[in-house]
Amino acid sequence: MESINAKYVSQKISKTRWCPVSYSSLQQPEVFATGSWDNEDNKVSIWSIGNHNNSGLEDGFEGDPQILCEHKHGGDVLDLQFLDQERMVSASSTGAVTIFRYHPNTHTISVLQHWARAHSYPCDNAPCTALVCSSPEIVTVGEDGRIVVFRADQEGAVRVIENADSSTIHAVTYLKTTEVLTVNSIGQLKLWDLRQQSSSPSQILSLSGDRAPLHCVDRHPNQQHIVATGGQDGMLCVWDVRQGGTPISLMEAHSAEMWEVRFHPTNPDHLFTCSEDGSLLHWETASHSEMPSFLQGGRNSSVISHGALTPAGGNRPLSSAWLCGDSGKGCLETTHMLPSQTMSVNSLDIIGQCLVCGTDGEAIFVNRHVPV
Amino acid sequence: MEEVDVEPTITNIPALRRGKHMGFAWGQGNIFVYETLFKATGATGSGSPFIHEVRKDEDIYSPILRKLFNESHHIFVGLQTIREDLPSKNKKPQFVSISKNYRSVIRACMEELQQVAVSTKNAEMSVQYGNQVSILLAIELIWNLCEVLFIDAAPAGSLLLHLLDWVRLHKADVDEKARDVLQSDSPAEHRDYWDVVVSYVLQGRLDEARQMLGKKATLTPAANNIYKMMDNLLSKMPFYNPGGTQTLTEFDVKWRHWHEEVDRCLQDNSFASNQHLEVICKILLGDEDTLLEHKDLLGTWYHFLVSRLLFCHPTVKPTELHYYAQSCMTMFLDSRSAPEPLDSILLAAFEFDIHQVIKDCSIALNNWWFVAHLTDLLDHCKLLQSHNLHFGSNLREFLLLEYASGLFTHHSLWQLAVDYFDHCLEFGRVYLELQIERVPLDTERKALKVLRICEQRQMSEQVRSICKIMAMRALRNNRLGSALSWSIRAKDAAFATLISERFLQDYCAKGTFSDLDLIDNLGPAMLLSDRLTFLGKYREFHKLYGEKRFKEAAKLLLSLMTAKIAPRSFWMTLLTDALPLLEQKEVIFSADQTYELMFCLEELTSSLNTPSSDSDKSMQEEDVELTKVELLRLALSRNLAMAIVKEGTVET
Repeated sequence: MESINAKYVSQKISKTRWCPVSYSSLQQPEVFATGSWDNEDNKVSIWSIGNHNNSGLEDGFEGDPQILCEHKHGGDVLDLQFLDQERMVSASSTGAVTIFRYHPNTHTISVLQHWARAHSYPCDNAPCTALVCSSPEIVTVGEDGRIVVFRADQEGAVRVIENADSSTIHAVTYLKTTEVLTVNSIGQLKLWDLRQQSSSPSQILSLSGDRAPLHCVDRHPNQQHIVATGGQDGMLCVWDVRQGGTPISLMEAHSAEMWEVRFHPTNPDHLFTCSEDGSLLHWETASHSEMPSFLQGGRNSSVISHGALTPAGGNRPLSSAWLCGDSGKGCLETTHMLPSQTMSVNSLDIIGQCLVCGTDGEAIFVNRHVPV
Repeated sequence: MEEVDVEPTITNIPALRRGKHMGFAWGQGNIFVYETLFKATGATGSGSPFIHEVRKDEDIYSPILRKLFNESHHIFVGLQTIREDLPSKNKKPQFVSISKNYRSVIRACMEELQQVAVSTKNAEMSVQYGNQVSILLAIELIWNLCEVLFIDAAPAGSLLLHLLDWVRLHKADVDEKARDVLQSDSPAEHRDYWDVVVSYVLQGRLDEARQMLGKKATLTPAANNIYKMMDNLLSKMPFYNPGGTQTLTEFDVKWRHWHEEVDRCLQDNSFASNQHLEVICKILLGDEDTLLEHKDLLGTWYHFLVSRLLFCHPTVKPTELHYYAQSCMTMFLDSRSAPEPLDSILLAAFEFDIHQVIKDCSIALNNWWFVAHLTDLLDHCKLLQSHNLHFGSNLREFLLLEYASGLFTHHSLWQLAVDYFDHCLEFGRVYLELQIERVPLDTERKALKVLRICEQRQMSEQVRSICKIMAMRALRNNRLGSALSWSIRAKDAAFATLISERFLQDYCAKGTFSDLDLIDNLGPAMLLSDRLTFLGKYREFHKLYGEKRFKEAAKLLLSLMTAKIAPRSFWMTLLTDALPLLEQKEVIFSADQTYELMFCLEELTSSLNTPSSDSDKSMQEEDVELTKVELLRLALSRNLAMAIVKEGTVET
């Protein structure tokens, strides 16, 4: 717990994202971006945890995030993604999608591209809830149930799927370069093949039972058919889109909405989730078999309760049948990563050993030594 | 009614023209003020088009103080979870450490404000920051004293040590001066040299004073003797050690010996050759006149109090404090200058009058943060039990509610207020219920956060109202699926019926269903309202029909009417849907089923023929209706014939 570092920033943080580093250099990330929400004036800000002016010894210890620059943002920042090392895209509650450019040399931010009503109703704003980019393509989704595809270098939308969903689409991720997956507020996953011109999904997967809304999704970095989702009931679900139907495994993770789920980009045996209940969980599968342990349960999904009230910092191995059962090889361990918190953790991001998360308690937490 | 303690402050609204009348409306933490046209006879003429907003608590809008609110919220929640059943002996250190946490948050905030005040170029802002710093300074000063006197409740002996720490912390300009002196070329010759030495002595920092004196002694070997003597006196001054084995009486005896020794030195004029050392000697004796001569170094009457106690009454008991405090204050302050609010607050603290402290602070300070948190902490220490208010629940709850209500008016900090309301047992819930409904909901994500707050507290009325707001908004934007999801979440049957109706209307108009992904996956939610059940079942019929499972489709269709799930207004549509099934080559409806269909049709037509219904229908429409009925009757009778034949035929 010592390596975690809190900074109060006087704005509720809705999104935190590391600025990508080139994988070849094996660098630890130093710069991250945050977006705020529910303020009178919302902002997109760039922070650094490196020692830029060497004043680190005087006030605060090494790694205390220092603000580099900020830019006004119209409406709540509902999503924020880096397109590349200098460009990031934001989704706004006004329905706008904006590309910002960050100039590392002068520490300034400028607006490159702004699509004002990317998501909208005929006579009202429709918040843009999430976006995903794969340069130069940007896919956005919104409360209006639309999927819109933009290209960073083009004025208008490349593709609009009207009525893609009858309810709100909460999150989106790429499965393949031409295929995206969305999750909505009635517990469904929909696969969209962007090459097809039809406005219906190529596949629908859904939760059985009371269809809790899904709020976040992330794809396994190496195995494109595995996705993890988190929903309103705090349940973590792992799906195999090839097998369709229902999730492979369901795990009781949080006691309230799960806002973000993230596989570790280079070490996907580790997974991170954060939630409205104020906790940030680190999930680790200690599997030695070829098959990822998420899949070892086979088709009969079972609910595993690990009790979301595990004391902070306490490790508690999950000896559960579906993981350890037949092979006895897999094992899942969860760790609470934040000291006791009450306010919602809205966002997290991880690169290498560095994790950053932001809360409604107006704090940013940075952990530079995540054991992965 | 109780009398007011102070005259209410007057806020001038500059843009309001003179001689005009003013109207106002209460908000949550603000008042809207506007100009009215008030005349005895007929109001004419133009009024001002402006509405002015008067806010009660500006501090909430300071970005730096927001950190104070957020960090202290965290401490507050931690304090509430300290278990009641712990023995009070174990709790005290916890309370003291919580109190220290609060203070360190104040200090951090103060330092940041100070930095900003210096760096800002805007003079007005700089003044504003400066004011905030001085308020925080006062808050921290009062809090620290309350911590020493009430929370830590130090006994005689260690009480003075705590008070010394308190004074040292808040009179830190000595260190600055000392740094200047030591960094100069010849410290001993520096203008402020003696000021620093005397200040050290006044704060009981004798080791530092001795080091300083040593510098002078080396410069003047001739006077080495008296410096040595002073050094000796200073080094021998006894301090009480609360952790040691020494009793208070033993310490007292030792201290008296030392005091006599100092007195002897003064009497035999040992320091006569050096006036500075003589002054120090007099201070060590606690000579009031000498102490008062150094008013500028003491700065405040409470510093004077602590220095006087240090050199006259080191074993002062908590109960005696008020006597010394009172006399020190009168001695220190000129008769001309009246005590300021801070002085009377501190004096009340020395008198152990907690309620007076809280009351005076509430009046003097412009925010509720301080009194609310301090009162809460003192209440946890069981120091406030005797007091009852004439209104509300108790003092702690009253102040917390005021503070939290203030937070709730803020566009962003309202989330913090929820936890404060939670820990107000009597009225917190009512406050929360009233406030939470009024949070503006811009996005679904915010609505979900508000809903979560309500659902965790079983506030079903508010849950319904929030879902309804969201459902209405979705409906307005023609997002039927979304609207239905919201009403299902709220279990709002009436609204679900309304939306189902809209779905059915859309179907009648367009011939296709929208939002199939939702309707096909309703699951148990379908049972929420009759109309929704019908919608779901009717869609199921279409699905079966589409899959060419005619028998099942026919059965379902019939049951929709006979079980009275379908609204009467929709029967004609259902019967029309039956037409293609009746016209199939093979017999789908059995004879019994056909009878039932016929019965439905007759029931429908007989009700349609009532005179009231046909008055406003055009002839053409009526014609269409009649043709439909005729067609249906024909199809039904043909089907009946076929069915009877088929059922009467023995399979061979």
